[in-house]
Amino acid sequence: MDWKVFLEQAPSGGMTYLGWLWSGLFWTIAVSACAWVIAFVAGSVVGVARTTPLAWARFLGTAYVELFRNVPLLVQMFLWYFVMPEVIPVAWGDWLKQDMPYLLRLPFAAQFSLWEFTAAVVCLGLYTASRVAEQVRSGIESLPRGQTSAGLAMGLTLAQVYRHVTLPMGFRIIIPPMTSEFLTIFKNSSTALTIGVLELTAQSRQISEYTFKTFEAFTAATLIYIAVTMTVILLMRALERRVAVPGYIAQGSTH
Amino acid sequence: MPMIELRKVSKWYGSFRVLTECSTSVAKGEVVVVCGPSGSGKSTLIKAVNGLEPFQEGEIIVNGVSVGDPKTNLPKLRAHIGMVFQNFELFPHMSITDNLTLGQVKVLGRSREQAVEKGLALLDRVGLASQRDKYPGQLSGGQQQRVAIARALSMDPIAMLFDEPTSALDPEMINEVLDVMVELAREGMTMMVVTHEMGFARKVAHRVVFMDQGQIVEDCTKDEFFGSPRSDRAQAFLSKILQH
Repeated sequence: MDWKVFLEQAPSGGMTYLGWLWSGLFWTIAVSACAWVIAFVAGSVVGVARTTPLAWARFLGTAYVELFRNVPLLVQMFLWYFVMPEVIPVAWGDWLKQDMPYLLRLPFAAQFSLWEFTAAVVCLGLYTASRVAEQVRSGIESLPRGQTSAGLAMGLTLAQVYRHVTLPMGFRIIIPPMTSEFLTIFKNSSTALTIGVLELTAQSRQISEYTFKTFEAFTAATLIYIAVTMTVILLMRALERRVAVPGYIAQGSTH
Repeated sequence: MPMIELRKVSKWYGSFRVLTECSTSVAKGEVVVVCGPSGSGKSTLIKAVNGLEPFQEGEIIVNGVSVGDPKTNLPKLRAHIGMVFQNFELFPHMSITDNLTLGQVKVLGRSREQAVEKGLALLDRVGLASQRDKYPGQLSGGQQQRVAIARALSMDPIAMLFDEPTSALDPEMINEVLDVMVELAREGMTMMVVTHEMGFARKVAHRVVFMDQGQIVEDCTKDEFFGSPRSDRAQAFLSKILQH
Protein backbone atom coordinates (compact mmCIF):
# COMPACT_ATOMS: atom_id res chain seq x y z
CA MET A 1 0.00 0.00 0.00
CA ASP A 2 1.24 3.40 -0.84
CA TRP A 3 -0.89 6.19 0.52
CA LYS A 4 1.73 8.80 -0.24
CA VAL A 5 0.65 8.57 -3.86
CA PHE A 6 -2.02 11.18 -3.11
CA LEU A 7 0.66 13.75 -2.38
CA GLU A 8 2.26 13.34 -5.79
CA GLN A 9 1.70 15.98 -8.40
CA ALA A 10 -1.14 15.07 -10.75
CA PRO A 11 -0.63 15.47 -14.51
CA SER A 12 -3.28 18.17 -14.82
CA GLY A 13 -5.05 20.86 -12.83
CA GLY A 14 -1.87 22.03 -11.13
CA MET A 15 -2.61 20.00 -8.02
CA THR A 16 -1.84 16.71 -6.29
CA TYR A 17 -3.94 13.58 -6.65
CA LEU A 18 -5.45 14.52 -3.31
CA GLY A 19 -6.56 17.72 -5.04
CA TRP A 20 -8.31 15.57 -7.64
CA LEU A 21 -10.15 13.75 -4.88
CA TRP A 22 -11.21 17.06 -3.31
CA SER A 23 -12.41 18.29 -6.67
CA GLY A 24 -14.34 15.07 -7.16
CA LEU A 25 -15.90 15.37 -3.70
CA PHE A 26 -16.92 18.95 -4.39
CA TRP A 27 -18.67 18.00 -7.62
CA THR A 28 -20.31 14.96 -6.06
CA ILE A 29 -21.79 17.22 -3.40
CA ALA A 30 -22.70 19.94 -5.90
CA VAL A 31 -24.51 17.54 -8.26
CA SER A 32 -26.27 15.76 -5.39
CA ALA A 33 -27.33 18.88 -3.53
CA CYS A 34 -28.69 20.63 -6.63
CA ALA A 35 -30.44 17.44 -7.76
CA TRP A 36 -31.92 17.05 -4.28
CA VAL A 37 -33.51 20.49 -4.46
CA ILE A 38 -35.20 19.51 -7.73
CA ALA A 39 -36.14 16.09 -6.37
CA PHE A 40 -37.63 17.51 -3.20
CA VAL A 41 -39.66 20.26 -4.85
CA ALA A 42 -40.83 18.29 -7.90
CA GLY A 43 -41.34 15.13 -5.83
CA SER A 44 -43.50 16.98 -3.30
CA VAL A 45 -45.66 18.51 -6.02
CA VAL A 46 -46.09 15.17 -7.80
CA GLY A 47 -46.70 13.29 -4.55
CA VAL A 48 -49.35 15.78 -3.46
CA ALA A 49 -50.95 15.63 -6.91
CA ARG A 50 -51.41 11.89 -6.51
CA THR A 51 -53.39 12.38 -3.28
CA THR A 52 -55.77 15.11 -4.45
CA PRO A 53 -59.40 14.46 -5.35
CA LEU A 54 -58.65 15.90 -8.82
CA ALA A 55 -58.61 13.06 -11.34
CA TRP A 56 -56.43 14.88 -13.89
CA ALA A 57 -53.83 15.77 -11.24
CA ARG A 58 -53.70 12.16 -10.03
CA PHE A 59 -53.30 10.97 -13.63
CA LEU A 60 -50.44 13.37 -14.38
CA GLY A 61 -48.74 12.47 -11.09
CA THR A 62 -49.01 8.75 -11.76
CA ALA A 63 -47.76 9.19 -15.32
CA TYR A 64 -44.73 11.12 -14.07
CA VAL A 65 -43.82 8.53 -11.46
CA GLU A 66 -44.17 5.57 -13.78
CA LEU A 67 -42.22 7.29 -16.56
CA PHE A 68 -39.25 8.28 -14.44
CA ARG A 69 -38.93 5.33 -12.11
CA ASN A 70 -39.22 2.63 -14.75
CA VAL A 71 -36.28 3.65 -16.93
CA PRO A 72 -32.75 2.88 -15.64
CA LEU A 73 -30.98 5.95 -14.31
CA LEU A 74 -28.05 5.34 -16.62
CA VAL A 75 -30.32 5.29 -19.66
CA GLN A 76 -31.94 8.53 -18.46
CA MET A 77 -28.47 10.08 -18.16
CA PHE A 78 -27.79 9.23 -21.80
CA LEU A 79 -31.26 10.41 -22.87
CA TRP A 80 -30.74 13.84 -21.33
CA TYR A 81 -27.19 14.27 -22.49
CA PHE A 82 -27.05 12.62 -25.91
CA VAL A 83 -30.63 12.30 -27.15
CA MET A 84 -32.45 15.35 -25.83
CA PRO A 85 -30.29 17.95 -27.69
CA GLU A 86 -31.00 16.09 -30.94
CA VAL A 87 -34.79 15.97 -30.61
CA ILE A 88 -35.41 19.56 -29.57
CA PRO A 89 -35.20 22.33 -32.23
CA VAL A 90 -31.70 22.42 -33.71
CA ALA A 91 -30.94 25.93 -32.47
CA TRP A 92 -31.72 24.96 -28.87
CA GLY A 93 -29.65 21.80 -29.09
CA ASP A 94 -26.72 23.76 -30.48
CA TRP A 95 -27.07 26.33 -27.73
CA LEU A 96 -26.92 23.63 -25.06
CA LYS A 97 -23.82 22.02 -26.52
CA GLN A 98 -21.96 25.09 -27.79
CA ASP A 99 -23.03 28.19 -25.89
CA MET A 100 -24.11 26.98 -22.47
CA PRO A 101 -20.59 25.74 -21.58
CA TYR A 102 -19.33 29.32 -21.85
CA LEU A 103 -21.98 30.91 -19.65
CA LEU A 104 -19.98 30.09 -16.56
CA ARG A 105 -16.53 28.66 -16.05
CA LEU A 106 -16.90 25.95 -13.44
CA PRO A 107 -14.64 26.27 -10.40
CA PHE A 108 -12.71 23.59 -8.48
CA ALA A 109 -10.65 22.34 -11.40
CA ALA A 110 -13.67 20.98 -13.19
CA GLN A 111 -12.63 19.40 -16.46
CA PHE A 112 -16.19 19.52 -17.82
CA SER A 113 -18.71 22.25 -18.65
CA LEU A 114 -21.90 23.73 -17.28
CA TRP A 115 -23.84 21.68 -19.86
CA GLU A 116 -22.65 18.32 -18.49
CA PHE A 117 -23.26 19.52 -14.96
CA THR A 118 -26.78 20.74 -15.77
CA ALA A 119 -27.72 17.57 -17.62
CA ALA A 120 -26.54 15.46 -14.69
CA VAL A 121 -28.39 17.57 -12.10
CA VAL A 122 -31.67 17.67 -14.06
CA CYS A 123 -31.53 13.95 -14.82
CA LEU A 124 -30.73 12.88 -11.27
CA GLY A 125 -33.19 15.39 -9.81
CA LEU A 126 -36.16 14.39 -11.96
CA TYR A 127 -35.42 10.68 -11.52
CA THR A 128 -35.21 10.98 -7.74
CA ALA A 129 -38.35 13.14 -7.75
CA SER A 130 -40.34 10.10 -8.85
CA ARG A 131 -39.10 8.22 -5.78
CA VAL A 132 -39.61 11.20 -3.44
CA ALA A 133 -43.14 11.57 -4.84
CA GLU A 134 -43.98 8.05 -3.73
CA GLN A 135 -42.64 8.73 -0.24
CA VAL A 136 -44.64 11.96 0.02
CA ARG A 137 -47.77 10.19 -1.18
CA SER A 138 -47.35 7.36 1.30
CA GLY A 139 -46.74 9.85 4.12
CA ILE A 140 -49.93 11.75 3.35
CA GLU A 141 -51.94 8.56 2.89
CA SER A 142 -50.72 7.16 6.19
CA LEU A 143 -52.55 9.93 8.04
CA PRO A 144 -56.12 9.26 9.16
CA ARG A 145 -58.62 10.53 6.60
CA GLY A 146 -60.34 12.33 9.45
CA GLN A 147 -57.47 14.81 9.60
CA THR A 148 -58.40 16.17 6.19
CA SER A 149 -62.09 16.09 7.12
CA ALA A 150 -61.39 18.04 10.30
CA GLY A 151 -59.45 20.65 8.38
CA LEU A 152 -62.16 21.01 5.75
CA ALA A 153 -64.88 21.03 8.40
CA MET A 154 -63.41 24.15 10.03
CA GLY A 155 -63.57 25.94 6.71
CA LEU A 156 -60.02 25.55 5.43
CA THR A 157 -59.67 25.13 1.68
CA LEU A 158 -58.07 21.92 0.42
CA ALA A 159 -54.84 23.81 -0.27
CA GLN A 160 -54.83 25.14 3.31
CA VAL A 161 -55.44 21.62 4.64
CA TYR A 162 -52.32 20.43 2.81
CA ARG A 163 -50.33 23.42 3.96
CA HIS A 164 -51.28 23.34 7.65
CA VAL A 165 -52.46 19.80 8.37
CA THR A 166 -51.42 16.95 6.11
CA LEU A 167 -48.03 18.08 4.78
CA PRO A 168 -46.51 19.04 8.16
CA MET A 169 -47.35 15.60 9.54
CA GLY A 170 -46.74 13.73 6.29
CA PHE A 171 -43.21 15.13 5.94
CA ARG A 172 -42.41 14.28 9.55
CA ILE A 173 -43.52 10.69 9.08
CA ILE A 174 -41.36 10.15 5.99
CA ILE A 175 -38.10 11.51 7.39
CA PRO A 176 -36.57 7.97 7.68
CA PRO A 177 -37.31 6.88 4.08
CA MET A 178 -36.41 10.37 2.82
CA THR A 179 -33.04 9.96 4.51
CA SER A 180 -32.54 6.86 2.36
CA GLU A 181 -33.46 8.79 -0.77
CA PHE A 182 -31.06 11.56 0.18
CA LEU A 183 -28.26 9.02 0.64
CA THR A 184 -29.16 7.34 -2.63
CA ILE A 185 -28.86 10.59 -4.54
CA PHE A 186 -25.22 10.91 -3.37
CA LYS A 187 -24.47 7.38 -4.47
CA ASN A 188 -26.38 7.69 -7.74
CA SER A 189 -24.51 10.89 -8.56
CA SER A 190 -21.63 8.64 -9.62
CA THR A 191 -23.56 7.83 -12.80
CA ALA A 192 -22.85 11.41 -13.89
CA LEU A 193 -19.33 10.26 -14.78
CA THR A 194 -20.80 8.56 -17.85
CA ILE A 195 -21.57 11.94 -19.38
CA GLY A 196 -18.26 13.45 -18.41
CA VAL A 197 -18.82 14.95 -14.98
CA LEU A 198 -15.61 14.31 -13.08
CA GLU A 199 -17.08 13.64 -9.68
CA LEU A 200 -15.58 11.52 -6.94
CA THR A 201 -15.87 8.12 -8.62
CA ALA A 202 -14.52 9.48 -11.91
CA GLN A 203 -11.57 11.12 -10.18
CA SER A 204 -10.75 7.90 -8.32
CA ARG A 205 -10.79 5.97 -11.55
CA GLN A 206 -8.59 8.60 -13.13
CA ILE A 207 -6.11 8.39 -10.27
CA SER A 208 -6.12 4.62 -10.54
CA GLU A 209 -5.41 4.81 -14.26
CA TYR A 210 -2.56 7.27 -13.91
CA THR A 211 -0.87 5.71 -10.89
CA PHE A 212 -1.94 2.03 -11.01
CA LYS A 213 -2.76 2.39 -7.30
CA THR A 214 -6.23 0.96 -7.77
CA PHE A 215 -6.66 -0.18 -4.19
CA GLU A 216 -5.69 3.17 -2.69
CA ALA A 217 -7.77 5.19 -5.15
CA PHE A 218 -11.01 3.32 -4.59
CA THR A 219 -10.48 2.85 -0.87
CA ALA A 220 -10.16 6.60 -0.57
CA ALA A 221 -13.36 7.08 -2.59
CA THR A 222 -15.17 4.53 -0.43
CA LEU A 223 -14.14 6.23 2.79
CA ILE A 224 -15.11 9.65 1.47
CA TYR A 225 -18.54 8.39 0.36
CA ILE A 226 -19.08 6.86 3.81
CA ALA A 227 -18.03 10.10 5.50
CA VAL A 228 -20.51 12.05 3.37
CA THR A 229 -23.40 9.66 3.94
CA MET A 230 -22.74 9.39 7.68
CA THR A 231 -22.86 13.18 7.85
CA VAL A 232 -26.18 13.15 6.03
CA ILE A 233 -27.52 10.51 8.42
CA LEU A 234 -26.49 12.57 11.44
CA LEU A 235 -28.04 15.73 10.00
CA MET A 236 -31.29 13.95 9.22
CA ARG A 237 -31.41 12.47 12.72
CA ALA A 238 -30.94 15.92 14.18
CA LEU A 239 -33.75 17.18 11.95
CA GLU A 240 -35.98 14.32 13.05
CA ARG A 241 -35.38 15.13 16.72
CA ARG A 242 -35.94 18.81 16.12
CA VAL A 243 -39.35 18.37 14.52
CA ALA A 244 -40.51 15.46 16.70
CA VAL A 245 -44.07 15.94 17.91
CA PRO A 246 -44.44 15.71 21.69
CA GLY A 247 -46.58 12.76 22.71
CA TYR A 248 -46.99 11.47 19.16
CA ILE A 249 -46.46 7.74 19.46
CA ALA A 250 -45.67 6.79 15.87
CA GLN A 251 -42.82 9.27 15.93
CA GLY A 252 -41.12 7.49 18.81
CA SER A 253 -38.93 9.19 21.35
CA THR A 254 -36.54 6.38 22.12
CA HIS A 255 -33.78 7.02 19.62
CA MET B 1 -87.11 27.99 8.39
CA PRO B 2 -85.09 25.17 9.97
CA MET B 3 -81.36 25.63 10.50
CA ILE B 4 -80.64 22.29 8.83
CA GLU B 5 -83.02 20.63 6.43
CA LEU B 6 -82.56 17.36 4.54
CA ARG B 7 -84.96 16.56 1.72
CA LYS B 8 -84.97 13.04 0.30
CA VAL B 9 -81.19 12.65 0.42
CA SER B 10 -79.86 9.54 -1.32
CA LYS B 11 -76.32 8.35 -1.76
CA TRP B 12 -74.70 5.41 -3.49
CA TYR B 13 -71.20 3.94 -3.32
CA GLY B 14 -71.11 2.53 -6.83
CA SER B 15 -74.25 0.44 -7.00
CA PHE B 16 -74.56 0.09 -3.21
CA ARG B 17 -77.11 2.41 -1.75
CA VAL B 18 -76.01 3.83 1.60
CA LEU B 19 -78.70 6.50 2.08
CA THR B 20 -82.28 6.19 0.88
CA GLU B 21 -84.43 9.31 0.69
CA CYS B 22 -83.52 10.64 4.11
CA SER B 23 -85.56 13.65 5.19
CA THR B 24 -85.39 15.42 8.50
CA SER B 25 -84.62 18.83 9.91
CA VAL B 26 -83.05 20.58 12.86
CA ALA B 27 -84.60 23.85 13.98
CA LYS B 28 -82.62 26.67 15.55
CA GLY B 29 -81.84 25.78 19.14
CA GLU B 30 -82.98 22.21 18.67
CA VAL B 31 -81.00 19.12 19.71
CA VAL B 32 -81.54 16.13 17.46
CA VAL B 33 -79.99 12.79 18.30
CA VAL B 34 -79.40 10.37 15.42
CA CYS B 35 -79.05 6.73 16.46
CA GLY B 36 -79.19 3.30 14.93
CA PRO B 37 -77.13 0.15 14.49
CA SER B 38 -73.65 0.41 13.02
CA GLY B 39 -73.62 0.57 9.26
CA SER B 40 -77.01 2.26 9.20
CA GLY B 41 -75.67 5.41 7.53
CA LYS B 42 -75.73 7.80 10.51
CA SER B 43 -72.16 9.02 10.06
CA THR B 44 -72.57 9.32 6.31
CA LEU B 45 -75.72 11.37 6.84
CA ILE B 46 -74.17 13.81 9.29
CA LYS B 47 -71.09 14.23 7.09
CA ALA B 48 -73.35 15.07 4.18
CA VAL B 49 -74.72 18.02 6.15
CA ASN B 50 -71.48 20.02 5.82
CA GLY B 51 -70.52 18.58 2.47
CA LEU B 52 -67.81 16.18 3.66
CA GLU B 53 -69.75 13.33 2.02
CA PRO B 54 -71.17 14.05 -1.41
CA PHE B 55 -74.65 12.74 -2.18
CA GLN B 56 -76.33 12.09 -5.50
CA GLU B 57 -79.99 12.88 -4.94
CA GLY B 58 -82.06 15.18 -2.79
CA GLU B 59 -81.18 18.43 -1.14
CA ILE B 60 -79.60 19.65 2.07
CA ILE B 61 -80.20 23.25 3.11
CA VAL B 62 -78.10 24.69 5.91
CA ASN B 63 -78.96 28.20 7.06
CA GLY B 64 -80.64 28.84 3.72
CA VAL B 65 -77.71 27.58 1.62
CA SER B 66 -77.87 24.45 -0.52
CA VAL B 67 -74.94 22.17 0.37
CA GLY B 68 -75.07 20.06 -2.79
CA ASP B 69 -75.11 23.04 -5.15
CA PRO B 70 -71.76 23.13 -6.98
CA LYS B 71 -71.83 26.93 -6.80
CA THR B 72 -71.93 26.90 -2.99
CA ASN B 73 -68.80 28.15 -1.28
CA LEU B 74 -68.32 25.14 0.98
CA PRO B 75 -65.39 26.49 3.05
CA LYS B 76 -67.47 29.55 3.88
CA LEU B 77 -70.46 27.44 4.86
CA ARG B 78 -68.38 24.99 6.91
CA ALA B 79 -66.65 27.80 8.79
CA HIS B 80 -69.80 28.32 10.82
CA ILE B 81 -70.82 24.69 11.26
CA GLY B 82 -68.82 23.13 14.07
CA MET B 83 -67.98 19.47 13.75
CA VAL B 84 -66.71 17.01 16.33
CA PHE B 85 -65.35 13.66 15.19
CA GLN B 86 -65.22 10.20 16.71
CA ASN B 87 -61.42 10.22 16.75
CA PHE B 88 -61.07 13.85 17.88
CA GLU B 89 -58.86 14.77 14.90
CA LEU B 90 -56.85 17.39 16.68
CA PHE B 91 -53.76 18.26 14.65
CA PRO B 92 -50.95 16.36 16.41
CA HIS B 93 -48.08 18.64 15.36
CA MET B 94 -49.73 21.75 16.81
CA SER B 95 -49.97 22.79 20.43
CA ILE B 96 -53.44 22.95 21.96
CA THR B 97 -53.40 26.73 21.58
CA ASP B 98 -52.47 26.47 17.90
CA ASN B 99 -55.21 23.90 17.36
CA LEU B 100 -57.68 26.37 18.82
CA THR B 101 -56.50 29.31 16.73
CA LEU B 102 -55.76 27.81 13.29
CA GLY B 103 -59.28 28.13 11.91
CA GLN B 104 -59.94 31.48 13.57
CA VAL B 105 -56.83 33.01 11.99
CA LYS B 106 -56.81 31.27 8.60
CA VAL B 107 -60.54 31.11 7.95
CA LEU B 108 -62.14 33.93 9.92
CA GLY B 109 -59.20 36.28 9.55
CA ARG B 110 -58.97 37.10 13.24
CA SER B 111 -55.72 38.43 14.62
CA ARG B 112 -53.53 35.98 16.50
CA GLU B 113 -54.20 37.83 19.80
CA GLN B 114 -57.97 37.78 19.34
CA ALA B 115 -57.87 34.12 18.40
CA VAL B 116 -55.72 33.15 21.38
CA GLU B 117 -57.97 35.06 23.75
CA LYS B 118 -61.10 33.41 22.37
CA GLY B 119 -59.48 29.97 22.23
CA LEU B 120 -58.20 30.11 25.78
CA ALA B 121 -61.55 31.30 27.11
CA LEU B 122 -63.17 28.25 25.54
CA LEU B 123 -60.37 25.99 26.76
CA ASP B 124 -61.08 27.27 30.24
CA ARG B 125 -64.74 26.57 29.72
CA VAL B 126 -64.06 22.88 28.99
CA GLY B 127 -61.83 22.82 32.07
CA LEU B 128 -58.46 22.49 30.34
CA ALA B 129 -56.91 25.95 30.61
CA SER B 130 -53.76 24.47 32.13
CA GLN B 131 -53.13 22.33 29.03
CA ARG B 132 -52.70 25.21 26.59
CA ASP B 133 -49.07 24.53 25.76
CA LYS B 134 -49.34 20.75 25.56
CA TYR B 135 -49.70 18.71 22.37
CA PRO B 136 -52.70 16.51 21.58
CA GLY B 137 -50.65 13.34 22.05
CA GLN B 138 -50.00 14.35 25.66
CA LEU B 139 -53.71 14.50 26.57
CA SER B 140 -56.17 11.72 27.36
CA GLY B 141 -58.90 10.90 24.88
CA GLY B 142 -61.52 12.69 26.92
CA GLN B 143 -59.35 15.78 27.19
CA GLN B 144 -58.64 15.71 23.45
CA GLN B 145 -62.33 15.53 22.68
CA ARG B 146 -63.07 18.49 24.97
CA VAL B 147 -60.36 20.46 23.17
CA ALA B 148 -61.95 19.43 19.86
CA ILE B 149 -65.29 20.80 21.07
CA ALA B 150 -63.60 24.03 22.17
CA ARG B 151 -61.91 24.23 18.77
CA ALA B 152 -65.26 23.93 17.00
CA LEU B 153 -66.83 26.52 19.31
CA SER B 154 -63.99 28.97 18.68
CA MET B 155 -65.40 29.50 15.19
CA ASP B 156 -68.67 30.85 16.66
CA PRO B 157 -70.75 28.13 14.98
CA ILE B 158 -74.42 28.54 14.26
CA ALA B 159 -74.84 24.77 14.65
CA MET B 160 -72.75 21.85 15.86
CA LEU B 161 -72.47 18.39 14.34
CA PHE B 162 -71.24 15.52 16.53
CA ASP B 163 -70.25 12.25 14.86
CA GLU B 164 -70.15 9.62 17.62
CA PRO B 165 -68.15 11.91 19.91
CA THR B 166 -67.79 9.36 22.72
CA SER B 167 -67.43 6.10 20.79
CA ALA B 168 -63.63 6.08 20.88
CA LEU B 169 -63.41 6.93 24.57
CA ASP B 170 -62.74 4.77 27.60
CA PRO B 171 -65.87 4.54 29.76
CA GLU B 172 -64.54 6.78 32.52
CA MET B 173 -63.95 9.59 30.03
CA ILE B 174 -67.34 9.54 28.39
CA ASN B 175 -69.04 11.64 31.03
CA GLU B 176 -66.56 14.50 30.97
CA VAL B 177 -67.35 14.92 27.27
CA LEU B 178 -71.09 14.45 27.67
CA ASP B 179 -71.15 17.05 30.45
CA VAL B 180 -69.73 19.64 28.06
CA MET B 181 -72.28 18.66 25.42
CA VAL B 182 -75.19 18.81 27.87
CA GLU B 183 -74.15 22.27 28.96
CA LEU B 184 -73.95 23.35 25.34
CA ALA B 185 -77.40 21.96 24.62
CA ARG B 186 -78.88 23.78 27.62
CA GLU B 187 -77.43 27.05 26.38
CA GLY B 188 -79.51 26.66 23.25
CA MET B 189 -76.90 25.49 20.73
CA THR B 190 -78.36 23.90 17.62
CA MET B 191 -77.00 20.36 17.64
CA MET B 192 -77.17 17.25 15.49
CA VAL B 193 -75.62 14.38 17.40
CA VAL B 194 -74.91 10.87 16.17
CA THR B 195 -74.53 8.82 19.34
CA HIS B 196 -75.42 5.63 21.17
CA GLU B 197 -75.57 7.51 24.48
CA MET B 198 -79.26 7.20 25.21
CA GLY B 199 -78.77 8.88 28.59
CA PHE B 200 -77.65 11.99 26.73
CA ALA B 201 -80.63 11.73 24.41
CA ARG B 202 -83.04 11.43 27.33
CA LYS B 203 -81.48 14.38 29.09
CA VAL B 204 -81.26 17.02 26.37
CA ALA B 205 -82.58 15.81 23.01
CA HIS B 206 -85.70 17.37 21.60
CA ARG B 207 -86.03 14.80 18.86
CA VAL B 208 -84.62 11.41 18.07
CA VAL B 209 -83.99 10.15 14.56
CA PHE B 210 -83.57 6.39 14.24
CA MET B 211 -81.83 5.00 11.18
CA ASP B 212 -81.48 1.50 9.83
CA GLN B 213 -80.03 0.33 6.52
CA GLY B 214 -79.65 3.83 5.18
CA GLN B 215 -83.19 4.87 5.91
CA ILE B 216 -84.72 7.11 8.51
CA VAL B 217 -87.10 4.74 10.22
CA GLU B 218 -88.29 6.99 13.03
CA ASP B 219 -88.19 10.74 13.45
CA CYS B 220 -90.12 11.75 16.53
CA THR B 221 -89.92 13.57 19.84
CA LYS B 222 -87.75 12.13 22.56
CA ASP B 223 -90.74 11.09 24.66
CA GLU B 224 -92.41 9.32 21.78
CA PHE B 225 -89.19 7.52 20.94
CA PHE B 226 -88.43 6.26 24.42
CA GLY B 227 -92.10 5.79 25.31
CA SER B 228 -93.31 3.75 22.42
CA PRO B 229 -91.18 3.50 19.32
CA ARG B 230 -93.46 2.58 16.47
CA SER B 231 -91.17 0.47 14.37
CA ASP B 232 -90.07 -3.05 15.30
CA ARG B 233 -86.51 -2.20 14.34
CA ALA B 234 -86.34 0.72 16.74
CA GLN B 235 -87.83 -1.40 19.50
CA ALA B 236 -85.29 -4.14 18.87
CA PHE B 237 -82.47 -1.58 18.85
CA LEU B 238 -83.59 0.02 22.10
CA SER B 239 -84.05 -3.30 23.85
CA LYS B 240 -80.51 -4.23 22.88
CA ILE B 241 -78.79 -1.09 24.07
CA LEU B 242 -80.94 -0.33 27.09
CA GLN B 243 -80.92 -3.75 28.74
CA HIS B 244 -77.84 -2.99 30.85
